Amino acid sequence: MRDALVILKKDLAIEWRTKESLTSVFVLGVLLTIVLTMAHDAPAASAPGLVPAVLWTSFVFTGLLGVQRAFLLERENDCLAGLLTAPIDAGAIYLGKLAANLVLLTATQLVVVPLTGLFLHVDLLPVLAGLCLALLLGNVGFAALATLFAAVAARTRAREVMLPLLLLPLLVPLLIGAVSLTRDVLAGGLAEAGMAVNVLAAFDVVFGVAGWLLFAYVVRD
Amino acid sequence: MRSPAVSATGVCRTLAGTPVLDGVDLEVAPGEVVALLGPNGAGKTTLLRVLALLLRPTAGRIALFGLDAADAPPVLRRRIGWVGHESACYPDLTAAENLAFYARLFRLDDPARRVADALAWADLAGTGRRPVRAFSRGMAQRLALARAFLHAPDLLLLDEPFTGLDREGVARLQEKLAALARAGHAVVLATHDVDRVHPVATSTAILHRGRIAWTHEGAAEKTILAAAWTTVVTTGTA
Repeated sequence: MRDALVILKKDLAIEWRTKESLTSVFVLGVLLTIVLTMAHDAPAASAPGLVPAVLWTSFVFTGLLGVQRAFLLERENDCLAGLLTAPIDAGAIYLGKLAANLVLLTATQLVVVPLTGLFLHVDLLPVLAGLCLALLLGNVGFAALATLFAAVAARTRAREVMLPLLLLPLLVPLLIGAVSLTRDVLAGGLAEAGMAVNVLAAFDVVFGVAGWLLFAYVVRD
Repeated sequence: MRSPAVSATGVCRTLAGTPVLDGVDLEVAPGEVVALLGPNGAGKTTLLRVLALLLRPTAGRIALFGLDAADAPPVLRRRIGWVGHESACYPDLTAAENLAFYARLFRLDDPARRVADALAWADLAGTGRRPVRAFSRGMAQRLALARAFLHAPDLLLLDEPFTGLDREGVARLQEKLAALARAGHAVVLATHDVDRVHPVATSTAILHRGRIAWTHEGAAEKTILAAAWTTVVTTGTA
């Protein structure tokens, strides 16, 4: 765990200095929100129903961009080899990168979520706690799977294309669960959302553990 | 009797379907500095990456310090220092931040002192807040070497370590390698630069088409080496 924190701290220090990922995911997140809202052009009464779809579509694409950049960091100057020669568990590298991706996703959501509420005329404050739970469960699952597949894609030549091709089909259960949970939360309660919470929690645990165990095989040639 | 630092037997490795290493046998004792020579594409970089536990051999066995290296256990990685073709340092961090990061991963005692010593050795103490991205090739190479020396590894694997170094840097590296060898550390360095490795090498090997084609105890004289090189490259064996 200590090694994962060292890696997280290093990634955040680089991001804080360059702001490269943060700037690009913020801009993409805002643009996607605007485009998706305008494309639907929904009347005020039905607009709130679009919130879950707009939110999670934005998060998937901004998340993909952020995760991809996180591994480019390790490719430059062959830094991944430097990490792999250190006496640390490959699982710690996975956890460190996962945590960094999680921070980036959360930072993007701090901008995109209020903006979506504003554009689609929804007061999100009364359902904030439930929404935070939906975002947390969705983010952990996304980051767990995306971090593993970003490491796979980083080793291929067509990595920019490979990551969405590998990742998007596997994200379907997570997206169904996240959209469903967000819709239930916005409809006023978590009582109906037990199934979606279970699906998301199971997804997080399964892919978190799988990523942690498989990462060594993915990054060591 | 101390176990050899490196004991490689019949090591093979294929990259993208092409056999790069084809049954390498190599033994390196503590205190030995092995100069690994060979034409381009001979497999020197691949062999060093296999010994650094970055690549798995497709066949053969590697033992480091008497321990089987198949699963690249952390206890062995702690004893290895590796320098590849790139610095393995983050371009947006400073030299000190990069070294401090690796010092934490290696859980070194008194990391601040170790980092300061390494920066002083690499003559990078004055670079301050300058990111590695702004370093010259020689500065980046000195930083890469400082990173490899940081945890005082028992086995150093250096791929073209003299690249980009000026005369002073070369002398400093030769001095360091000689001191490490005297202290019982083993060094394997792949190079084309025979003149620069000659003063420090205690043995020489020529790798050709993925096999050790020629070995020589002690630093090989230029004439002997030239003759061996010609024979190996033209006939495949010496």
